[in-house]
Amino acid sequence: MSLRGALKGGRTLKIFGLIVNRLVYAFVLLFAVLVLNFTLMHLAPGDVADTISQSMGGADEELLIEIRKDYGLDQPYYQQLATYIGKVLRFDLGHSFFFNEPVSKLVLERVPATLLLVITAQILALLLGVVLGVYSARKPNGIMSHFVTFFALFGYSAPVFWTGILLLIAFSLQIPLFPVAGMRDVTIEGNFWVHAIDVMKHMVLPVVTLASIFLALYSRLARATMIETLGTDFVRTARAKGLPERQVVYKHALRNSLSPVVTLAGLQFSAVVSGAVLVEAVFSWPGLGTLAFQSIIARDTPTILGILFFSALVVIIGNLLTDLALRFVDPRVGASK
Amino acid sequence: MRKFTRNLAAAMSLVALTAAGVVADTPTRGGTLVTVLGSNVRNLNSAVQSGIVTGYPGAQLFASPLRYDDSWTPQPYLAESWDISDDGLSVTLNLVKNATFHDGQPITSSDVAFSVEVIKNNHPFKSMFAPVETVETPDAHTAILKLSKPHPALMLAMSGQLMSIIPEHIYGDVPINEVKTHPRNNENVVGSGPFKLVEFKNGEHVILERYDGFFMEGRPYLDKVVMRIITDPAARAIAYENGEVHMGAFESLPRIINRLKEADGLNVTPNGYGGIGPLDWLAINTTKGPLADVRVRKAIAHAIDKNFIMKAIMQGTASESRTGIHPDSPFYNADVEAYELDLDKANALLDDAGYPKNGDTRFSVTIDFGWPGVKPQVEYVKAALKKVGIDVEVRASADFPTWAKRMGTMDFDLSWDTVFNWGDPVIGVHRTYDSSNIAKGVWSNTQGYSNARVDELMQLAAVENDMEKRKALYAEFQAIIADEVPVYHVNTLPYHTVYSDKIGNPPIGIWGTSSPIDMVYLKD
Repeated sequence: MSLRGALKGGRTLKIFGLIVNRLVYAFVLLFAVLVLNFTLMHLAPGDVADTISQSMGGADEELLIEIRKDYGLDQPYYQQLATYIGKVLRFDLGHSFFFNEPVSKLVLERVPATLLLVITAQILALLLGVVLGVYSARKPNGIMSHFVTFFALFGYSAPVFWTGILLLIAFSLQIPLFPVAGMRDVTIEGNFWVHAIDVMKHMVLPVVTLASIFLALYSRLARATMIETLGTDFVRTARAKGLPERQVVYKHALRNSLSPVVTLAGLQFSAVVSGAVLVEAVFSWPGLGTLAFQSIIARDTPTILGILFFSALVVIIGNLLTDLALRFVDPRVGASK
Repeated sequence: MRKFTRNLAAAMSLVALTAAGVVADTPTRGGTLVTVLGSNVRNLNSAVQSGIVTGYPGAQLFASPLRYDDSWTPQPYLAESWDISDDGLSVTLNLVKNATFHDGQPITSSDVAFSVEVIKNNHPFKSMFAPVETVETPDAHTAILKLSKPHPALMLAMSGQLMSIIPEHIYGDVPINEVKTHPRNNENVVGSGPFKLVEFKNGEHVILERYDGFFMEGRPYLDKVVMRIITDPAARAIAYENGEVHMGAFESLPRIINRLKEADGLNVTPNGYGGIGPLDWLAINTTKGPLADVRVRKAIAHAIDKNFIMKAIMQGTASESRTGIHPDSPFYNADVEAYELDLDKANALLDDAGYPKNGDTRFSVTIDFGWPGVKPQVEYVKAALKKVGIDVEVRASADFPTWAKRMGTMDFDLSWDTVFNWGDPVIGVHRTYDSSNIAKGVWSNTQGYSNARVDELMQLAAVENDMEKRKALYAEFQAIIADEVPVYHVNTLPYHTVYSDKIGNPPIGIWGTSSPIDMVYLKD
């Protein structure tokens, strides 16, 4: 076997080892997420029986006792925890107390809407962020560069609900281009394309709002690493050997400055729930964020845990994919060990 | 014996409508009405779930025996006539003959008997049907409710969202107390009302369409009703303004109400909430410390300026309420102690009670609140009581259950609270003052208030079928409550209904959108 072949084989083994390692780590992490959050929910005073009674305009004590008994909330803490973990091990996320539906159904119904929103916003922010970052890195002291910096920081520091409402007032009320809320207009009829265009129209404002937070992160990071890379020896060498500027920037420098940006994009997977909560609330986007918000308000423990379970899973998978992607973007990663 | 026939009542209501000049336009048929729900729906089956969110879809999906006109007079609905026996112990409902459920099965007296059982065993308002011992069904269209004692509250409890008639052949397949988690509460619903369920997507929308077999000739007028779930009040306001949504109820933010009043093509009205009767008040724990002294409670009432709360905080959107009964209710008695702002009197009362000023402060109490929206009121109370030497510490709660727990176990001194009447005083008013209902969860008698005469008045009013006598009993009841201040009543919750100019017959009766919208239509 040639030297190169041995290296290649070792690399596959390393990736396999990484995946196994991550699976064990994932199992422990998920377990910890569930136990910790279950305990936190249990420690807070009051429970879902109170919020059910609130949703009904008040209930007498008998009914509260009955609700607690129905949902096993009258049992001791460790017994409730054991029952819950036992269920999860059998791949059963339980039944929502508040919404009267299986948690897995509630969560899975909401996943596509959130993924659509978050992934589109991420891609938009990533592409635009890199373009703006590279552009301003090439003339770091130009007016456009300052403008990009200002714009990006503004988007990052403005609270999303404020940006969202502002966009709504501008583009739904003053210039009625886009719909106010939701993901689709149920009153229109037509074929697949009519509905697809309708969903796209509903997506524009929430996507822009969400992307405005990430845009600053990506453009600032891309700008910084790009400035650094453009000053390195190999770029000078590339220029010295007479390569066209376009090739120097996009082939040599850009590729070498991408890896921190990709790492950051990977870390943002956690935003599947966290970052989208407020944006979803403002635009009544029927996603996981809205559900998370409502079930926390309602103290609906099984739903909250179901969402946390799912988002922990997404983060774990996201991190794994990021690691693999980094190996692709930058072959030095993982080879040094 | 009082007997109402369908024709008589219909003729009366026609006279009333013509007199009021309401019959101006001829309703047009058809169209899709787009409306909003301000929060997610937990359960569409209003026989097992109460509350304002379920009320709107619930009253469209399910019919009740009676409905009410604007002047609190019962009208025939699923019952074409009714009759109360002289001893008040049996109420006979004569059901319309042609009524069917959405699957085509006839609505019979046994469905009425079944629904009463389901409500008794699942619905949170136990007082509605507690005196109903049995429901006799001599024939398919006669249901006789046999009562253990006269129960005038039954009339309002048989209307709106409170007595939804549900099909026994659908919901009878589980034990009666498990209907609240029946899978068909939220999907494949078979109802008895003017609209049937097309689709319910949790967090997105409820879509209903006209039930062609509805028992009232020519109704409903609308083809389809869309209820979009939009939880953000600012987003809802924009949706009304740009015409995406035709109508919405239960808007309560003063800033938004006032803005929408200015908008073109929109109508904003506080009418339609007398039945639900939402009230904002200051709850006082009467069992401990200085607050156990009625003079201290009166002093607090005199130190708080209601006008400031209504003008500055509620921005003119709420009206004053002096008692635990909503001002729109026929039982409301405005002729009680009003507690005008009077700091001298407040100081004198506090001195008299044995709490002299020690430096600037007489004593300290805490004040709680259950949701962020009422924080301004709480901060105002703190500032107002400071002026008479009462030091107030504001205690925030992390969320509703935290606050509910504090209230339910009487772990508070003062708290801002919002409580609904829910129709008859027996259903939603008694619970706050009844000495047998002390500290039984949030919205029970959390004040620890106990007065034998008040208990007696409530017991007498609960069984008094004569309206005038009943009014007199409640008038005395309200006067005592106002005098003893277990609760300092401040204002009505400013619920408003927003509807576009395109809407005819908006639902602004006593039950608002928690009643059938079979007469609502869209103008061309």
